[in-house]
Amino acid sequence: MQSSSTTYSRRDFLKNSALIGGGLFLGFDLLGAGKFNAAVANPALEGAFDFNAYLSINSDGTATIFSPNPEVGQGVKTSFPMTVAEELDFDWTKVKVVQAPLDTIKFDRQVAGGSYSTPHSWMRLRQAGATARRMLMEAAANRWGVDTHTLTTDNGVVRHVSGKQATYGELAADAAQLTPPTDVPLKERKDFKIIGTFVRGVDNHEIITGKPLFGMDFYREGMLHAMVQHPPAFGLQLKSFDGAAAKAMPGIVDVVSFKNNVAVVGRSTWEVMKAREVLKAEYEPAAALESSADHDRIFKQLMAKGEAQTRRKDGDTAAAFAAAAKIVEAEYQCPFLSHAPMEPMNFFADVRPDKVELIGPTQVPASTRTQVAKLLDIPEEKVTVEMTRMGGGFGRRLRPDFALEAAEISNIIKAPVKVIWTREDDMTGGIYRPAARYRFRAALDKAGNITGYELRGVGINTGNPVREHNFPAGAVPNVLIESVEHSSPITTGPWRAPITNFLAGAEQTFLDEVAEAAGKDPVTMRLELFRQAKPPLNNEGRPTYDPERFIKTIELAAEKSGWFKKRKKGVSLGFSIYYSHLSYVAQVAEVVKRKGKFTLQKVYCAVDCGIVVNMSGALNQVVGSVVDGLGHAMYGQITFKNGEPEQKNFNTYRLIRIHEIPEVEVHFVDNGIDPTGLGEPALPPLSGAVANAFYKAMGKRFRNQPFVNEADGVMEGVL
Amino acid sequence: MATYTLNINGREYRADVAPDTPLLWVLRDHLGLVGTKYGCGIAACGACTVHLDGAAVRSCVLPVSSVESAKVTTIEGLSEKGDHPVQRAWDEVDVPQCGYCQAGQIMSAAALLRRNPNPNDEEIELAMLGNLCRCGAYHRIRDAVKLAAKKI
Repeated sequence: MQSSSTTYSRRDFLKNSALIGGGLFLGFDLLGAGKFNAAVANPALEGAFDFNAYLSINSDGTATIFSPNPEVGQGVKTSFPMTVAEELDFDWTKVKVVQAPLDTIKFDRQVAGGSYSTPHSWMRLRQAGATARRMLMEAAANRWGVDTHTLTTDNGVVRHVSGKQATYGELAADAAQLTPPTDVPLKERKDFKIIGTFVRGVDNHEIITGKPLFGMDFYREGMLHAMVQHPPAFGLQLKSFDGAAAKAMPGIVDVVSFKNNVAVVGRSTWEVMKAREVLKAEYEPAAALESSADHDRIFKQLMAKGEAQTRRKDGDTAAAFAAAAKIVEAEYQCPFLSHAPMEPMNFFADVRPDKVELIGPTQVPASTRTQVAKLLDIPEEKVTVEMTRMGGGFGRRLRPDFALEAAEISNIIKAPVKVIWTREDDMTGGIYRPAARYRFRAALDKAGNITGYELRGVGINTGNPVREHNFPAGAVPNVLIESVEHSSPITTGPWRAPITNFLAGAEQTFLDEVAEAAGKDPVTMRLELFRQAKPPLNNEGRPTYDPERFIKTIELAAEKSGWFKKRKKGVSLGFSIYYSHLSYVAQVAEVVKRKGKFTLQKVYCAVDCGIVVNMSGALNQVVGSVVDGLGHAMYGQITFKNGEPEQKNFNTYRLIRIHEIPEVEVHFVDNGIDPTGLGEPALPPLSGAVANAFYKAMGKRFRNQPFVNEADGVMEGVL
Repeated sequence: MATYTLNINGREYRADVAPDTPLLWVLRDHLGLVGTKYGCGIAACGACTVHLDGAAVRSCVLPVSSVESAKVTTIEGLSEKGDHPVQRAWDEVDVPQCGYCQAGQIMSAAALLRRNPNPNDEEIELAMLGNLCRCGAYHRIRDAVKLAAKKI
């Protein structure tokens, strides 16, 4: 079932025995002879040129595995090399992992986003390892004059039935002379030794001993430090500035301006920070200076009569609602959120006439290079990007604005410079999770079946506040999904599980409201819906979700949480499930009542992400997403007064802390399907499970985030 | 500007900086000790935690002029080979996700275990609640503190 074959052609491999200790170096050759365009046109080779992992077997018995994708805490720098080493059949403790720089010739999709690194790279990584293993076996077969069928491998050693053996390191030079084979079989899942085990992060030692790893830690002789003063409110533009006082401060080299910004450049971070405080800048309105009260009014207006875009229309909801025995309707709202990764924005740039060097934390190195080349009006080939480990991203580093600032400043002052944002710069600097409001309506027949479903989403700079092809589309006969958008000067961007980070919880809470109105158990009702679901097809003609996987995941969560069993007095459960980024996650929240107060005690998770690559990393992502989802649902909000964000640092922007976490229990669906990502999928359903459990416990529906505003001090443990 | 002689990780360092420069930036910008992290600048996140005579302090709000002869320990000096019981526990439990806050977490945990080698859950929470982890690795942080306590 798991056996697959390599599909790329022989000429995709770059062989170079001179590289790294005379070892075997596998990569793929796109530069090679400029055959790229011709080859891509050949359908038989499709996918071949996406092959993006490479490795070297070193003569000293170690292997170096290059990890092409940026590491943002999602764990690919460990799980990618694990996957290569598995098929290579190599001793994990002898693997060295190296972060590859941006190289759009050798690699594709060097992106940390969309929880897509794993599904995109799974087969490519395995093929890289399997092909190298095969070449090492062929080298041994040639040396010993035997057939490769009589050979086996074991942890970096090729063995012959006669008892002869050689390490990969001893065979590497010979193997590198061979033509890479095609149709190399991959391991069966039952033979995995590394995949599925608990493997610690490859950077752990550096992290726990404080070695330089992050962009913030990058220093270079002669480098200057810069901070940028952005307009203090969205809608303001720079009118004038006086940098004389700042420039006169100790350690300051220059004060420069570009676009709406003023940058202070100096010898050290603290000197620049102090000088920026005495910078005089005047601003003037260039657009509306919106306050949160304006947003509430805009939501109300656009919900009532804004011109909506029809995103999906199945059947006739008007008729369904006209004939309904019962109608359920409710509105849900979420605020703007900051990404607030622990490492504030920063980037190093050295713009020289012949080349531009960019080094720092980015989820999108290729896009960063493109935008910097465009900004400086130079060819992309002159720009290099090195990715540092990122101190979190959550979507914020999908935008390279801070890297562009570094390039712009370096270009102006003609010196290497590291731009650092303070926490206040980060929290007031925009690219927020957009605020949105939703109205859900359900029509029920006499038996409590959902005959019509309407969703109207109003977003502020969301792009599209709804996900029209998701469930319950396909499970309800008459569906109408609409969206209305308000354009605002407040900048927004993707935030961990864009849109669904709130929409999922709202939908799952609404379904609980529907189940209650229908007199059905919420889990039973969901199972009924999935059993009758015929998912819509996407643009490629494939179903947008798999009802069977939904059902299995629901059943696992129900079983592990004891959903259908008798509960202890004072214990209330809330259910939620969502499919996003190709993975299915069901969660059951358990709220207990003690002395008149309510505590979220535990969250059960059932996860279908296919095969788990690194058990440690997978658990980290799921548990972390529960904590992240809970913290932001409970406390997170950026509010505005005349365009100015009112929360500027962690003293007013509340993040969840260690004493506020529930117990989390995680179970994976074991189905052997190729793995999908986990950076995001466990976050969207969480707020729904929590809201449903609190409703069950105390009879209060949390429809608006942050929940802390709705809780009236009756919750404990999470407040 | 003034010259300060600092005792950091058992060594003497000299820094020529303004008196109000926070110890954090002296460590990072002037002494090349970048393990101590900047996260908020207002002592609200704990990423900059170091030890001052063995006690956990937030170096982002500690002016270098007030350090005087106190012994400073940073993550780089917590142990010679990175094998302090807290560091070993952090690795074994595989705490880090992004890893940025972990130096501060480890320093807070090490200071706790120094004064209380057998903390209960509440004492762990109290000592660690000043350290934010945006990835939400709090469960493993708690587990690692408990494991480290066993190793001490």
